[in-house]
Formats: sequence, structure tokens, C-alpha cells
Amino acid sequence: MKVLVVAEHDNETLRGGTLSAVTAALQLADAVDMLVVGAGCQAVAEAAAAITGVARVLVADNPAHEHQLAESIAPVIAEVGKDYTHILAAASTTGKNVMPRAAALLDVGQVSDIIAIKSADTFVRPIYAGNAIATVQSEDPIKVVTVRTTAFDEAESGGSASIESIDSVGAQDLAKFVGEELSASERPELTSASIVISGGRGMQNGENFALLEKVADKLGAAIGASRAAVDAGFVPNDMQVGQTGKIVAPELYIAVGISGAIQHLAGMKDSKVIVAINKDEEAPIFQVADYGLVADLFQALPELESKL
Amino acid sequence: MKILVAVKRVVDAYVKVRVKSDHSGVELANAKMAINPFCEIAVEEAIRLKEQGKADEVIAVSIGTKASQEQIRTALALGADRGILVETDEDAQPLGVARILKAIVEKEGIDLVILGKQSIDTDNNQVGQMLGALTGMPQGTFACKAEPGEGSITVTREVDGGEQTVELKLPAIVTTDLRLNEPRYASLPNIMKAKKKTIDTMSPSDLGVSIENRIKTLSVEPPPERSAGIKVESVDELIAKLKTEAKVI
Repeated sequence: MKVLVVAEHDNETLRGGTLSAVTAALQLADAVDMLVVGAGCQAVAEAAAAITGVARVLVADNPAHEHQLAESIAPVIAEVGKDYTHILAAASTTGKNVMPRAAALLDVGQVSDIIAIKSADTFVRPIYAGNAIATVQSEDPIKVVTVRTTAFDEAESGGSASIESIDSVGAQDLAKFVGEELSASERPELTSASIVISGGRGMQNGENFALLEKVADKLGAAIGASRAAVDAGFVPNDMQVGQTGKIVAPELYIAVGISGAIQHLAGMKDSKVIVAINKDEEAPIFQVADYGLVADLFQALPELESKL
Repeated sequence: MKILVAVKRVVDAYVKVRVKSDHSGVELANAKMAINPFCEIAVEEAIRLKEQGKADEVIAVSIGTKASQEQIRTALALGADRGILVETDEDAQPLGVARILKAIVEKEGIDLVILGKQSIDTDNNQVGQMLGALTGMPQGTFACKAEPGEGSITVTREVDGGEQTVELKLPAIVTTDLRLNEPRYASLPNIMKAKKKTIDTMSPSDLGVSIENRIKTLSVEPPPERSAGIKVESVDELIAKLKTEAKVI
């Protein structure tokens, strides 16, 4: 097995999801290579080289890759990846954007969002929003795989891989980066937080999310939302937990004013401990909650905040 | 501008699916079927561009069994001009679907392809990106905003930390995320009118494409059940349980 992991980063730091992809990759081979494509991304290469199990870090450092647009980096992944049996990346919005493009350039399929590896060609992945779990076998010569990061622990540091620069195709005129608006937050990131507190339609409006924020501050938690709350315009979509949003699996998940639609459960049911606070005691969320509190959230949240 | 939208026939989003007892798949025999919700958003976006005078024609394509005609009819009732059914009994996988779409894009001279970002059955999230690779077209995936300009389209994308905006040279591919628009309902007069619109039927081989599925499903299992826990009576009891029993705070 020759396994390549594609690093996800912002040219300065390596994203945590990549470490989970490395853990998955190490179930396929004793040592793996990592590909870092970016601009001025030396620090990322060094971070990658320090991960246990990484043997070699290949760096395609080119100004054209600054924003890592799929049109610019998928050809690099395909070019480097053609010598490997497996190419893995985190199933983040970056991995989801880039990897299928690289796979099609290699004329192979992709196995998306795996939660377990059975053998070199057999993987386990959720379908139907997690209402069914499929075991699939890929007959492609190169297996392109994205990894659900909550299903694999992060690889540890302690390695000392070699770092090699590689030439890469650079400029393309298909797509141009215009700008980005990233939510600046002091809070932990939703997908890697150990505690997540989410609000649903029961929050009634966006201002009321301040009640969640106060509790989150006490717990050091990230804040999420149900699709209903996003659709109602209470909060932006990057806070959405669910089949169509982010998949989280924290130690503690607190669902507040969330009824528990299938689509939301798909995004959080692998959490270790689930707490539900809802005034409707029939709400489906209570069927998956370890601890349910039937209460008016506008009373329960301030009380929770004051007593934590 | 000529727009191609693809619509996939999937189980209705509100149906709770059950795994078949022989673990070969999920039970769809009597399930209510519908257009994949993300494809519906794609159809809506295409129709809006036409209504704004930015597109001349909207073609809706579906790949699947004869029954997929139903979903094409729905797209026509929503406002698409004509339909194409690529009929196959094979369960086409994303790479095969992308190959078929490429053939149609070339045959029809398409300027903009709008697709759902993923289908709610297989949850692959691959076709738009693969079509980009095969055609050499740029891709604006997970779009929450799409504005065509002169020879280009500006797309705002939902990314993990927020939003990213890119400018794509036409012809281009856009895949839809939830906030892009809110699809309309088809009116009765439009449903009637849609019956007169044409649907061309062809096979993958008519397009010179062979569907070859190299990813086999070995088994499908129900997910591990999570059982309901206990109800606590008060915030105090909740905090106590989290501290001493669950030990998570």
C-alpha cells in the first residue's frame, strides 16, 4: 500500500481534520506520505512532518495555490497521487470540494465520508443521512477516500518526516478568488469542540442565541444550530449541525429548543453524552438524549448559566 | 445563456427509510419518491435566471429508470423548458453520471450547469466536481449566491469557517447549498402546461457513455440504535448528573 494524505491548511496552520485523516491512513499502511499544496506554506509542511506515521512531506509551494481553489490544486493532487494506491483527505468543505475533481482526473470514483476501514479496498460509510450504514468495496486501482473526521482520533505528533519540494502546474484562468468572509470567533471550532450547545427553532430569534452564548462561555463550548434555526434566518449556515451541515461528535452535546428531526440527528447522534432541553416532552430529541429536561428554555438557560 | 439542471429521483426527504432484511439496501418498494431537495434548489435557481432575462433556455435532465420522468415533469412544471431522460436500470454512480452530463453539455452547448451539491440517498457530494474535471470547467460548489456577469459567474460558497467568493469563467458548474433560494411550488396551470413540454429519452450508449460501477455495495446495515436515557426534573439535577454520572463537565 502506498498512501497519500492531502493536508488541509490555510498556508499557516494544519487543520485538525487532517490528523484524523492520517489516523485513517495509518490503518492502511505503516507509514504515509503527506501532500501540502499552497503558497508560502512551509510552516504547514513542518507541522505535517512532525506527525507520527508520516514518512515524507511533499510540498507544492506556488503563489498560484494561495487560495487552494479546486481548479488549481486538484491537478496537483492527481499528478502526485497517480503513484499511490490510496489518496485520503478530511471530508471537510475543502476535501469535499477538491477530492472528487482529483478523482475524476484520475478516472476513478471516490468513497465519501468513511467512518471505518475494513480492508485496503473495503470501507464503511453512512448513507441516507446516517439512517443506513453501507459497506462498500472499491475496484478502482487508486482509492480516493474522504474521511469523516469525528470517526477517527487525531494522529499524534512525534514524527520527523523528510520535506521535499515538488514542482507543480500553477496558473489557471478558470476560477479566480474574489474574497472570503470567515466568522472570527474566540470559541472552539464546532467540529473539534469537546462540548457543543445548539439552538433550534425554539430559540425564536437570533438575539436569543445570546442565552446560549452565556452558557457556552461557562462551558468553553462551541455553538451550533439546527437547520430549522438556519432556515428561519436566526444564525448563519456555518453553524448548522446536521446532514446538510456539520457532523459533530463531542463529549457533550446540549440540544436546546431542537425537536430532533432526522436530518439534525444525523449530525450529532455520535456524541458521547446528549442533553436535550425542550418544553415539548414528546419531542423526538428525547429519544436519543441521555438526559432530558422538559422545561422552558428561557428559564432553564439563565438558570443553567448561573449554576455552572 | 443555456442552462442544464439535473434532477435525481430519490426517496422523499420526510420518509424514514428502513434497511431491507437481506441487507442489500434500503426498502424503497412503496416509498414516496421526490426530486432530491438540492436538485430542486438548482431548478429554482435556473428558472430565476431565466425570469431575470439572464438565461434563454433551461433543460432538465434526469438519469435513471423510466420513473424518473416524474421528476423531470416536476422540473418542467416549475418552469424548465424541456427535459432529457437518460434511461438506465443501472444505478449510475457519480463518475458515470458526470460522464453522461459531460456528453449532454457538449451536445447541447451548455453555458451553465446547476446541480445539487449532494443527493440525500447516497450522500456522495461528487458529481459537480467530477463534471468539472471531465469538462475542464470551473466549479462553484456549495453555492449560497450566484450572479452571472459578462462571460463569467460570481459564486459565493458555503465553507467551513464562513463564506468564500469566486469568479468563474463560463461555461461553469454551480452546485447548490440550502440558502441559495427557496424553491417555489408548481401551480396547477403550470403542471398542465408541463404535460405539453417535450422529454427526449435516450440511453447512456446513445451518448457514447458506458456506466461502469467500480464501487460495489457489499451490505447495508441499520445504524446502531441509541436508546433514550432518563428525564431529569430540574437544572440542578441535570448539572449534578453531568458532573458525577456522565463526568463531562
